[in-house]
Amino acid sequence: MNFELLIQLIVNGLIVGLLYGVVGMCFVLVYKSTQIVNFAQGEFLLVGAWVCWAVLIYLELPFVVGFLLTMAFMAIFGVLLQMIVLRPMIGEPIISVIMITIGLSIFFQALMKWIFGVSAQSYPQVFTTNSIQIFGLNIEAAYLMSTVIALIIMVAFYLFFKHSKYGLAMRATAFDQQIAQSLGISVKQVFAMSWGIAATVSATAGIVIGMVNGVSNSLSLIGIKVFPAVILGGLDSIIGAIVGGLIIGVLENVAEFFDSQYLHVGNMYDIAPFYVLLVILWFKPYGLFGTKDIERI
Amino acid sequence: MSQAAIKIQPASPILSVNNIEVVYDEVIQVLRGVSLDVPEGEIVTLLGPNGAGKSTTLKAISGLLKTENGEVTKGDITFMGERIDNKNAEDVVRSGLFQVMEGRRIIEDMTSLENLKLGAFTRKDAQINQDIEMVYHYFPRLKERTGLAGYLSGGEQQMLAIGRALMARPKMICLDEPSMGLSPLLVKEVFGIIKKINQDQGITMLLVEQNANYALRAANYGYIIESGKVVLDGTQEQLLNNEDVKEFYLGGGNEERKSFKDLKSYKRRKRWL
Repeated sequence: MNFELLIQLIVNGLIVGLLYGVVGMCFVLVYKSTQIVNFAQGEFLLVGAWVCWAVLIYLELPFVVGFLLTMAFMAIFGVLLQMIVLRPMIGEPIISVIMITIGLSIFFQALMKWIFGVSAQSYPQVFTTNSIQIFGLNIEAAYLMSTVIALIIMVAFYLFFKHSKYGLAMRATAFDQQIAQSLGISVKQVFAMSWGIAATVSATAGIVIGMVNGVSNSLSLIGIKVFPAVILGGLDSIIGAIVGGLIIGVLENVAEFFDSQYLHVGNMYDIAPFYVLLVILWFKPYGLFGTKDIERI
Repeated sequence: MSQAAIKIQPASPILSVNNIEVVYDEVIQVLRGVSLDVPEGEIVTLLGPNGAGKSTTLKAISGLLKTENGEVTKGDITFMGERIDNKNAEDVVRSGLFQVMEGRRIIEDMTSLENLKLGAFTRKDAQINQDIEMVYHYFPRLKERTGLAGYLSGGEQQMLAIGRALMARPKMICLDEPSMGLSPLLVKEVFGIIKKINQDQGITMLLVEQNANYALRAANYGYIIESGKVVLDGTQEQLLNNEDVKEFYLGGGNEERKSFKDLKSYKRRKRWL
């Protein structure tokens, strides 16, 4: 058994899992505050990664500036998406809203193909070295950056929801919209804010993954992969999203290891999380940290 | 001294509800012409049996009606000289009128401190921490309860709900059944604090109650509402001494003490409508 490879894959899995956790948190954030299951979550990564790529290539800006510009763009993008497309749907049956998010997903995938083409593009060189040796393990510099960014985002989420006025307002809205309104909180504003945050933070993950694998439409698959992670953790638990993300990240890499070494079935990396999803839904339909009365999809 | 100065001239109404009708789901008419005035700095109570439309009146005032698919179809509501009958709930809060909803409605998965902070959501000044101390001054036991608000007792939750309202620094607070589900001792305590807040801070209160006894003792003026209409109103003394109010709301009346047998067969002999 090739232990070195296994450990390398587990470390990679943890790093990617953190990114799944970050995207999963955004998914949970939208679900908790607006009750919408957002099937267009993956497209936030896609749009963010392409916009950042375009800014870096065409405007030739330094990476940090391009990154921040993309963040600002995605925040506005998320808020406008909520205001224009989803706000008129408030009060409509939830299944119609979910259908709209599926429509948005198809629309933005096609739009990105139309604008940027179907072939994968790579980011300009950001780091001087491609990979760093830590304890004999090969870690991509971009992944190291992603770990730092993911941890910063998680701490920022914690501080935002624990201490900031708007974080508290979002939690209040998630708990009971009528109470929130009676306190003077504008529910519409909270909805727009949650979409803005989800779009911005997901785009960060999109950019980081794009830096490693190149930008292409396959980025939106992350949005689908986040499903098993979020459902494993419980659809309405932020902590659950992080734990679920880490588990799925490690799991797909370990599955890949056993497949390449022993089974030779092929493509386990993509499929294993969904087998897990199936088993989870079977035994624990509410996930590890989910509230029992949540809606099942 | 300033108290006396206010008492000399009749206070002008801070809130005035003028002949409103409320319809739920576009077909169910709940209020059929309710009018009431709340003078500034006073406590006014709104009494009535179940389903009379007390809570609906409050929700019409605070704008929360819209969240329940209700609508003010006729009449108008003026708060501090401004029409508020078509405003959103959040705008009404911003204009200085805060409603403490029926059943306390605190946010159970947050701590009591977080609940209090949320009360100040509409404020931008830096005095929020001082006001938290002010709330602890009225409700010292809230300071000791640092856990989740969902684990507080009913009385503590009611105190938290009132404290949260104070955090908004409102001109007026509408309280919907603060005595609901509380032990008699706690009801007494809560009403005492309501009265004290009114005297200390000059916050106008509109008090919806089923517990007529306590509500009338705390209030300066009262309205009685039945089947969506105001059927009687008067000052505290007038209502406390009114024979019908005594009979229907306070129990007893001026008759001889009834035997248990009489009580069982007691039927309401008189209705206003």
